[in-house]
Amino acid sequence: MDAPAIKKKLGLKDRYAAMTRGLAWDTTYQPMDKVFPFDKYEGIKIHDWDKWEDPFRLTMDAYWKYQGEKEKKLYAVIEAFAQNNGQLGISDARYVNALKIFFQAVTPLEYHSHRGFAHVGRHFTGAGARVAAQMQSIDELRHCQTETHALSHYNKYFNGLHQAPHMFDRVWYLSVPKSFFEDASTAGPFEFLTAVSFSFEYVLTNLLFVPFMSGAAHNGDMSTVTFGFSAQSDESRHMTLGIECIRFMLEQDPANVPIVQKWIDKWFWRGYRLLTIVGMMQDYMLPKRVMSWKEAWEMYAEENGGALFRDLARYGIREPKGWKEACAGKDHITHQAWSGFYNYAAVAPFHTWIPKEDELNWLSEKYPDTFDKYYRPRFEHFHAQQQQGKRFYNKTLPMLCTICQVPMFFTEPGDPTKICYRESDYHGDKYHFCSDGCKEIFDDEPEKYSQAWLPVHQIYQGNCFPEGTDPTVEGFDPLAAVMDYYDLKVGRDNFDFEGSEDQKNFAAWRGEAAQGDKA
Amino acid sequence: MSSVFIAFQDNEESRPVVDAILADNAEAVATYPQGLVKINAPGRLVIRRETIEEQTGQRFNLQQLHVNLVTLSGYIDEDDDEFSLSWEH
Repeated sequence: MDAPAIKKKLGLKDRYAAMTRGLAWDTTYQPMDKVFPFDKYEGIKIHDWDKWEDPFRLTMDAYWKYQGEKEKKLYAVIEAFAQNNGQLGISDARYVNALKIFFQAVTPLEYHSHRGFAHVGRHFTGAGARVAAQMQSIDELRHCQTETHALSHYNKYFNGLHQAPHMFDRVWYLSVPKSFFEDASTAGPFEFLTAVSFSFEYVLTNLLFVPFMSGAAHNGDMSTVTFGFSAQSDESRHMTLGIECIRFMLEQDPANVPIVQKWIDKWFWRGYRLLTIVGMMQDYMLPKRVMSWKEAWEMYAEENGGALFRDLARYGIREPKGWKEACAGKDHITHQAWSGFYNYAAVAPFHTWIPKEDELNWLSEKYPDTFDKYYRPRFEHFHAQQQQGKRFYNKTLPMLCTICQVPMFFTEPGDPTKICYRESDYHGDKYHFCSDGCKEIFDDEPEKYSQAWLPVHQIYQGNCFPEGTDPTVEGFDPLAAVMDYYDLKVGRDNFDFEGSEDQKNFAAWRGEAAQGDKA
Repeated sequence: MSSVFIAFQDNEESRPVVDAILADNAEAVATYPQGLVKINAPGRLVIRRETIEEQTGQRFNLQQLHVNLVTLSGYIDEDDDEFSLSWEH
């Protein structure tokens, strides 16, 4: 056997070329277009796929090495957290409700994202884009797994975490995140990348994984902060993929510019609506607060996102259409969302509460122009009602926006006292929207969105009862049947935090721990 | 000129990287939100392998940044010796 020739080690850029372009080939007995049929039909024109470069230049060999290292660190923390009964060290049992939402809403999204990237990773003609998408697909699967592993520890001690994937397909508010990813995955491959890599990852995930995860650290939850930052280190790569994809499309052909602009408008708005819930977690569900949604929005959306849009202006791209409205909304949306969930806490598998006095004061301080004027009186009223034993639970079903699927509680731009309402007619039916942004998305593709699976409509049509339910029997309680269909355990998973099993258990555990310390 | 930033988990492994950034980028400012170290710089920020190696006395592969990286903004340019972030406009 010949001695192997000693070659000079390849530099990063050459290794990247060898491990991406070098692994691809052109088809011989079938035309390339037939093997890669999807990346043309959206109208995006690509003249030279080799111009695609993954800025991080991470190749599969290095990917395994560094991801392996991250996993080892992460699981060491998760282990230590479990062994040390970390759940007793959190600031307050109310905090766990934020984790319930995270587990019900975000973890299944990671899995959807994994599937989406596996799909586009197969279908781009260019090898660079394929490799980047495949790595992201593996990342997303990792996030789904690590989040499940980290949060399963809480499932041993707290209610509402027992059935996340089942609930994701059924529970009313979870159709908000679900519809976002289903909309993205059923679009073409370039639109999918614009939706997820660009709008969601670049402009918006910083808001989810950075201030909220800092909040987890602040509230004593080392397990969550570690999976959050471990996931976010992958997000940095995903964000660069998103920017690269946008720049690549814009540089390849001027005809791509208006198509990309329309997607940016659409997906920014959809992402903004979806992240309302994260803002609410930050402002209302972290007992020890790090920064307000408004401050986080200013730092990550206005400064960071703003820098990007100033830069993209050279291609003829302007900031997303709903940008100014979203920036004005930073003063309002979290308060409106928390009021909404407080109303509907009877049919949600997590608990809500009225902020304590010092928390109300924090909100007043962070939202000096709006909180005392519009929102504090509402919470004080709810609180007074509750003290009189009249805790208000809304038992009617709300009208949902056909696009974002959020109940229609958002207010008019410039008038926080008036619910914003828009409608469109399509094939003789009326469709309802929470904003101009959502209405425009519908009007552009009504054939797609007229098919939306809207929880309220489905409940009224009788499609959300357990199999075999007979709604004609005497005394039939439709709401109880819906909760059964969700696998929501009435009296354990729902209603107010005050008086809940979670509250009582946590207090008892901490009491026992304190007595143990004395002994 | 817009600002760029990079953030790492606030731990011992990140410390030499942060020190190197502050040494090589006169205008960079580090802040420490809970659990993080976030470094902002106007326009451009560079991370040099050599400076990190001087700090630790050990070899450092710049791709090791991935292990403790949390987030960043700006366009990336990366080779074996330098990792930079910048905005073109």
